[in-house]
Amino acid sequence: MKTDARNTKVMNRFDVTSRLIAKLEHEEAVIGGIGNTNFDLWAAGHRPQNFYMLGSMGLAFPIALGVALAQPDRRVFALEGDGSLLMQLGALSTIAALKPKNLVMIVMDNGIYQITGAQPTPAANVADIVAIATGSGLANSAWAADEEDFERLVEEAMSAGEPSLIGVRIDDKPGVGATRRDPVQIRERFMHGLGVREPL
Amino acid sequence: MPIAEQQTSSEAAQTSSDKSWHGIVLQTLKRNEISLVPYVPDRVLTPLIKNLHADPFFTTFATAREEEAVGIVSGAWMGGRRGAVLMQTSGFATLANVLASLAVPYQIPLIMFVSERGTLGEFNYGQSLVCRTMRPVLDSLALEHHTITRLDELEFIADRSIKQAITTQAPVALILNPLLTGGKVFDK
Repeated sequence: MKTDARNTKVMNRFDVTSRLIAKLEHEEAVIGGIGNTNFDLWAAGHRPQNFYMLGSMGLAFPIALGVALAQPDRRVFALEGDGSLLMQLGALSTIAALKPKNLVMIVMDNGIYQITGAQPTPAANVADIVAIATGSGLANSAWAADEEDFERLVEEAMSAGEPSLIGVRIDDKPGVGATRRDPVQIRERFMHGLGVREPL
Repeated sequence: MPIAEQQTSSEAAQTSSDKSWHGIVLQTLKRNEISLVPYVPDRVLTPLIKNLHADPFFTTFATAREEEAVGIVSGAWMGGRRGAVLMQTSGFATLANVLASLAVPYQIPLIMFVSERGTLGEFNYGQSLVCRTMRPVLDSLALEHHTITRLDELEFIADRSIKQAITTQAPVALILNPLLTGGKVFDK
């Protein structure tokens, strides 16, 4: 399978993230992976149910899985970059084995480590993230063909009976915003947003 | 009788049939409402893992890497569910980044049980070397850790440490020494 032969439009991370956020009406949780992924989540407008990672590269899906297991009645979205996902491919099989139907994984794939100087990932031009996900046991995995298709896949994932993974080919643009790097406040406000705690 | 046992004597009476180290760990997890237990397996942990799977109170499963398990229980904590991670010494050695960039700065009460290999009869040189990295990493982040060597101290240390981790929102590593578990020895 040649990834450059995919019939998918190259989209923009901030635009796609904004489209996702606009579709959320039920206080869905959103976990933003390290770097540009959570910068664009921040830039799309802070929500109490957003969690921003400031390190631990590759753990957006595992963190989201934990939230999904803790709150099975809430939809949990995880936004992860392709480079980050490559660090933790085993997590896909863990999620496939547990089958949390409330978990939706979105992979922003530009084939580069944009934030460090746009070096190509080892997967660029040779591997297909959605094929890896399918091969890991996540049958409900698909590339978004364009923005409208992305929105349709998100709507499908809202009521899916199994975990969903959506691959999005994105351009090489940096994130639009910059998350405030206050980990305790990020965690505390996320817990308020999930109804786990009340503010003091 | 240890103080922790006195305070929970009614529950302890119901579960006193299993006073093995793994039985005590399982009951201490349950008493503290820790129901999510991802792990990367270890020979010594096998009876604990088997009994966790057999008990419907627990959601327990293998992960591909220890840091994945740390991510899962961190997410679960933020979602209101308590978890703990089981691993071997060599698995702990993979965790410096996630401890320093997730558990500690976000103040997440990460509870780790580490089956200690590399000492008291280790037969694999690499295991003995990786074991020596564990406490310096824990100390470099000023993380609470206890090495448990005695069955009669296990419940007190585990129960108190779990409660302290949760109330102070700080990680803890409970190191299960071969003096407690028997460890793993060379058997050809």
